[in-house]
Amino acid sequence: MLLIHCPYCDATLPEAEFAYAGEAHISRPADPSALSDEEWRDYLFIRTNARGPHFERWRHIHGCGRFFNAVRDTVSDRFLMTYKAGEARPDLTVKEAAE
Amino acid sequence: MTTQRHDFDPTPFLVEELPWAPRFSLRVRPENRAALAGALGLELPTAVGQRSTAGGVEVLCLGPDEWTILAPDAAPLAAGSGAAYAQIPHSLVEISDREITLRLSGAQALTALTTGCPRDIDAMPVGQGARTLFDSATVILWRDDRQDFRMDVWRSFLPHVRALLDQVMVELKSGL
Ligand SMILES: [Zn+2]
Repeated sequence: MLLIHCPYCDATLPEAEFAYAGEAHISRPADPSALSDEEWRDYLFIRTNARGPHFERWRHIHGCGRFFNAVRDTVSDRFLMTYKAGEARPDLTVKEAAE
Repeated sequence: MTTQRHDFDPTPFLVEELPWAPRFSLRVRPENRAALAGALGLELPTAVGQRSTAGGVEVLCLGPDEWTILAPDAAPLAAGSGAAYAQIPHSLVEISDREITLRLSGAQALTALTTGCPRDIDAMPVGQGARTLFDSATVILWRDDRQDFRMDVWRSFLPHVRALLDQVMVELKSGL
């Protein structure tokens, strides 16, 4: 079982307590009616489908209940980091340099 | 001839259904936490998992803005909440009938819990608690001593949880 660090509980806990919640850093358009059909389709359905580090949302649903963001490598399934919802998308090159 | 020795334990653990008691769910944003704690006369711990006990009232921090409160006398809490409501936005909901509390104690209480809970319960400090899972049921686990736990189970999940614990009991009794 994967272990996931919840940034709100500040604890590393079993995957079974968490639920995946889609790609992170996708904000809902402020005025959907002003969008073209293609723009609205892109917002709803078009995702990065990354091979490698993927920015995604998780929810600690059987725990503190909070949504947070994670960077997970879609090849190895390894969690590179997690951070609180609302925080800026982390710069992975900085993290790599520090390791 | 090879003989295998089993350590049979006639009472590996004890499951008790605790009597009904008033229970509340409190939600308040972190910036209003201290003010509300003062208004309600409660200690609201800030770290997830921490508990406080004062005057027979038990509080468990479930999330950054969520607490479960066990208060034997609901009236002062409700009155305090009503008086503070206009100044300090919060939500205090009585959830006494939502869950039923099981107490698990005895030499193998921890072992019994590990059959359904994916967490490292052994690492949970005595005097803390957490919302977690038991099999497919969301539960709130309170660790009162090394081998003494309370588990709040949503009532519709209770037959399922009890059936699993009964099975575990049989297995532990037979030395498995
Ligand atoms: Zn959490």
